[in-house]
Formats: sequence, structure tokens, C-alpha cells
Amino acid sequence: MKVLVAVKRVIDYNVKIRVKADHTDVDLTNVKMAMNPFCEIAVEEAVRLKEKGVATEVVAVTIGPKAAQEQLRTALALGADRAVHVETEERVESLAAAKLLAKVVEEEQPNLVILGKQAIDTDNNQTGQMLAALAGLPQGTFASEVVVEGDKVQVTREIDGGLQTVELSLPAIVTTDLRLNEPRYAKLPDIMKAKKKPLDVKSPADYGVEVASRLTLLKVESPAERKGGIKVGSVDELVDKLKNEAKVL
Amino acid sequence: MSILVLAEHHDGQLAGATAHVVAAAQAIGGDIDILVAGENVGAVAEAAAKLDGVSKVRVADHAVYAHQLAEPLGALLVELAGDYSHLLAAASTTGKNVLPRVAALKDVSQISEIVEVVDADTFKRPIYAGNAIATVKSDDILKVITVRSTGFDAVSEGGSASIESVDTVVENSQSHFIKQELAQSDRPELAGAKVVISGGRGMGSGENFKLLDGIADKLGAAIGASRAAVDAGFVPNDMQVGQTGKIVAPELYIAVGISGAIQHLAGMKDSKVIVAINKDEEAPIFQVADYGLVGDLFELLPELESKL
Ligand SMILES: Cc1cc2nc3c(=O)[nH]c(=O)nc-3n(C[C@H](O)[C@H](O)[C@H](O)COP(=O)(O)OP(=O)(O)OC[C@H]3O[C@@H](n4cnc5c(N)ncnc54)[C@H](O)[C@@H]3O)c2cc1C
Ligand SMILES: Nc1ncnc2c1ncn2[C@@H]1O[C@H](COP(=O)(O)O)[C@@H](O)[C@H]1O
Repeated sequence: MKVLVAVKRVIDYNVKIRVKADHTDVDLTNVKMAMNPFCEIAVEEAVRLKEKGVATEVVAVTIGPKAAQEQLRTALALGADRAVHVETEERVESLAAAKLLAKVVEEEQPNLVILGKQAIDTDNNQTGQMLAALAGLPQGTFASEVVVEGDKVQVTREIDGGLQTVELSLPAIVTTDLRLNEPRYAKLPDIMKAKKKPLDVKSPADYGVEVASRLTLLKVESPAERKGGIKVGSVDELVDKLKNEAKVL
Repeated sequence: MSILVLAEHHDGQLAGATAHVVAAAQAIGGDIDILVAGENVGAVAEAAAKLDGVSKVRVADHAVYAHQLAEPLGALLVELAGDYSHLLAAASTTGKNVLPRVAALKDVSQISEIVEVVDADTFKRPIYAGNAIATVKSDDILKVITVRSTGFDAVSEGGSASIESVDTVVENSQSHFIKQELAQSDRPELAGAKVVISGGRGMGSGENFKLLDGIADKLGAAIGASRAAVDAGFVPNDMQVGQTGKIVAPELYIAVGISGAIQHLAGMKDSKVIVAINKDEEAPIFQVADYGLVGDLFELLPELESKL
């Protein structure tokens, strides 16, 4: 069985972003970039399926600028067998990403596609669902457990009230939640080996997909800053402040 | 303009989130219909018909829509969407699961978690864990939008919309519901609670979360948690507050043994008053707290409970 994993290059999750002075966007110059944390979980799940003998091949795919090759090399170092880079310098919205991924799915015919539930830059939480719709495949989003059995996959999903388990016919689309697994770190020898693994470079035009933005970003602002408050010295003082100053008790 | 709102419901009851989504629809302006899709949802439809500003409630009551599986629910919405300029749902796990499917099949963008309506085409939404607010404009003929409840005050109940049934039944052989384990709690829902008290890794164990119970009882509070507390297995996933968990904005938020990572702050920093209890006086949570109390939670929580 073949597993396709979609990985996105995003700002490192530890970095606190700044908004550009002209309010056109956030400022990403010289900011540390990394693989989206939910995509790390997606790669880990695919690699574990391979280690269990369920998957035979893991293909990593990204859509993004030249530099996004770094994230594909990371995926290869973590255990993916080969990679596809759809290279574009444009800002790619979730719908365009899903259209391109649908083309890759058509070409690669994977049995399972694993994506992150959400990219931590746009916080969109859309691409996997859009891909499922476009490819006509069932979806198991926000997965905390994935069990492949024959031509079916059982996905346990983190939903608002707790957990829900659904059974999907393969091929299917899965998006990862935080509790699915704990991703490993790439080891140095694997990072070296990853440099020799195959990596195909394509363009959106190769797939006949238009990536131009549909939404106009009019403005990006900083949120209202919270002013730090005070430290209270005791529980009595806290209760007094909440009652008489904040008036929330 | 005509707007279709997908009703959020659980256990045969209309969820509070729907009244917030209708408020967002009112801010856009136009005729507002609500779609209730599910099985045995007559009571949900009646509750939805009482929401202010709603013209019509459309009810698709069929086993195929039970459990809100994305494939049939998405197909139903695609069928109905042609009548509308806007399709809105709560930014709940149901809304997030299904709306992107509809957008993709209609070849339009989806706009996630709006917190403000600027005009019928223009919306504000947080990006980068709420560290920036983007204003985005859509020229699509259909706007598909999820709404963050905390951005809109719920509409009240005084309406009497008409109720009509939708007969569309879609086929679904691709996905099957197997089971659901829902957390049982007598406490208010996290999303709608006036007071929230959350525990983090500092709580040390699931057993110790009991220290929050007495306080929550006295304050009528919901109990939340940080990701670290959920990952450690102290409490179930549905209690996670943050960028990738629940977003809350209560009158009072009390963070106990939580350091204040940006991903946690993303879920609670719009609370009116924030209290932090942490033994590390350098913890970043104190930078957003109105009232910080430095000390050991195991001593402070029992004292707080006794003094409330
Ligand atoms: C993609 C991604 C998404 C994420 N999403 C979320 C999210 O939605 N929500 C979320 O919360 N996190 C999220 N995180 C995790 C986040 O980065 C932090 O790791 C997490 O919030 C830390 O939880 P914590 O504050 O409980 O633990 P810690 O950071 O370990 O802090 C524990 C705190 O408890 C204090 N403490 C310990 N013992 C005591 C005591 N006896 N008395 C008083 N204080 C004590 C310590 O001083 C410390 O400040 C996400 C991370 C990633 C990468
Ligand atoms: N440009 C991209 N390249 C590859 N995968 C992507 C891209 N954008 C989104 N994805 C995938 O879709 C997931 C959810 O992203 P989003 O819907 O944009 O929040 C990510 O975790 C990735 O797995």
C-alpha cells in the first residue's frame, strides 16, 4: 500500500511573529521556518505504517517555494522514500493546494493520504477536507488513531465532545491531530541518506492548476495587546480584587 | 443577500454556538435560513425557529445525516447552497469538518473562524495563533465561512420562523459511523461558560484535577486544560484550550499550573479577566494575567476554594 503525505513549510512554532509596519502582511524575513507540526505527525504516522509492514512506500509532497525542499528532505530523513515538490513562489491558498494535491493523488494513486489538520500560519484547517471532496474520497479528520485493516481504515477523531470513530473505505484522506503520535527526530546518518533519495520537481502548470489567490488580503494588524496586570500577594487579596475591582465574583 | 446557517446540535439539542453564528449572519445582512440536518432533530428545529432574525428553518431529518458525517452532510449542503450568497457554520469540529468540502465542490474559497464582519464580502480572522488579525475580501459568488463564537454575541430568542422539511437524501457508502465516546459532565460547556478554570502540566496528575472541582462548583465554571495536561493523559482531549483546541472568552479565566505558551494564549487571551496561579514568577502567563498569584497550586487551590 502506498501512502502520500502532504507537508507544508511554515514559521517555526516557537517564533512569535511581527506584523509589517505597512500592515500588508506578517514579516517573515529572517524568521526560522520549519515543517508544520501537524505534518510532522503525518510523516511519523506514514513511517510507522511502513515499519509495521502495512505501507510499502511513503511519498512526501509539498507545494511551495524553492526553500520548501528543506522540509521534503526532512520528510525523507524521517523515512519517506521519495518526494514531489510542486514549486511556486506564489502564496498558495488551501483551495489551490487541494487542487494540486488532487492531481498528485490522481498521478500517484495512493491508498491513503495523510495531511496535518491545520497549518499553523494561516490556521485554515481546510486542505484535507477540500482534497477529499475534490478527489471524491472519504475523510477522517483530526485523527488520534488510525488503524488500517484490509481495504478499510478506522479513524478515531478528536471532536468537540470527545472521540468519534469512523470506518472509511480505502483510498481515504486522513488529517492528524496532536495525540496521533509523537514524531521522532531525524538522525544525522538519515539526514545524509535523505540527500540521495529521489525528489521530483514540478510546477503548478505541469498539473494545469491556477494558483493565483482568490482572496484579497486587505490588511494585517496586531491584535489588541493585553496589558499585563499585577501580582497579588495572597489568596485573600486575589478574592478581594476579583470581587471589588474586577467585579467578576 | 441570503444566508444559510448550518445548525450545530448535540444529543437532540440545539447547541449554543448556533445563536452566535446567526449573529454573524445578521452582521452580514439579508434573509437568514437555518439548516438542521440529523436524525430525530424535530426539537432542534423548533429551538432554531425561535432564534431572532431567522426566516426559515429547513430540516433534513434522515439516518444518513446522523452523527454529522462529512460526506453526506457536505453533499446535502452542496445541493442547497445554490439558493444562497453565504453559507455559515460554527467553527466547531463539525463545521470545520464539512464546510471546506462544500467550498471545494463549489470551487470557492473557505474563510475560517471569522471574528468580525466588515461588510458582506470582507471579514476579519485571526492567523498565526491569533498573533495577527487578517482582513480578507472574497469575490466568490458564494461565501463559505466558519464563525468563531467568541467574536459575536448570541442573538436572543423571540423569533418564530417557519419550519419546512428538505427531502434530499444523499447516498453514502464511503464512511460509516462506528462509535462515539463523549465526555459526560454536569458543568457548563467550555465554549459558553462565564467562568473557566484550566489546569496544566503543573497539576501533576488527573487525580489532582479534583482540586479544581470545588472551585468550579462554587463559581459555576467549566474546566479546561492545556495541551500538556491532555497529552499526559490527565484529562480528555475535549478539554484542551488553545490554538488547536477550544477557543474561550469567559468573564473570568483562571490558569493553574500553565506556563502560557502562545498556543495556549491563542485560546483564552480574549477573556475579560485572567488570573494565573503558577510557582514560577517568570512564567509567560503572568504577562497576560490581570491578577497573578505566585506559589504552589497544591497550597493555593484549597485555600482559594475555602475563601470563595
Ligand atoms: C502545533 C501545536 C499546537 C499546540 N496547541 C496547543 C493548544 O491548543 N493548547 C495548549 O495549551 N497548548 C498547545 N500547544 C502546546 C504548547 O506549546 C505548550 O507546550 C503547552 O501549552 C504547555 O502546557 P503547560 O503550560 O501545561 O505545561 P508547561 O509549559 O510544562 O508548564 C507547566 C507550568 O506549571 C507550573 N507549575 C508546576 N508545578 C506547579 C505547582 N506545584 N504550583 C504552581 N505551578 C506549578 C510551572 O511553573 C510551569 O509554568 C501546541 C503546540 C504545538 C506545537
Ligand atoms: N502548500 C502546501 N503543501 C503541502 N501540503 C499542504 C500545503 N498547504 C496545506 N497542506 C496540507 O494541509 C494541511 C492543512 O493545511 P490548512 O488547511 O492550510 O490549514 C497541512 O498540515 C498540510 O498537510
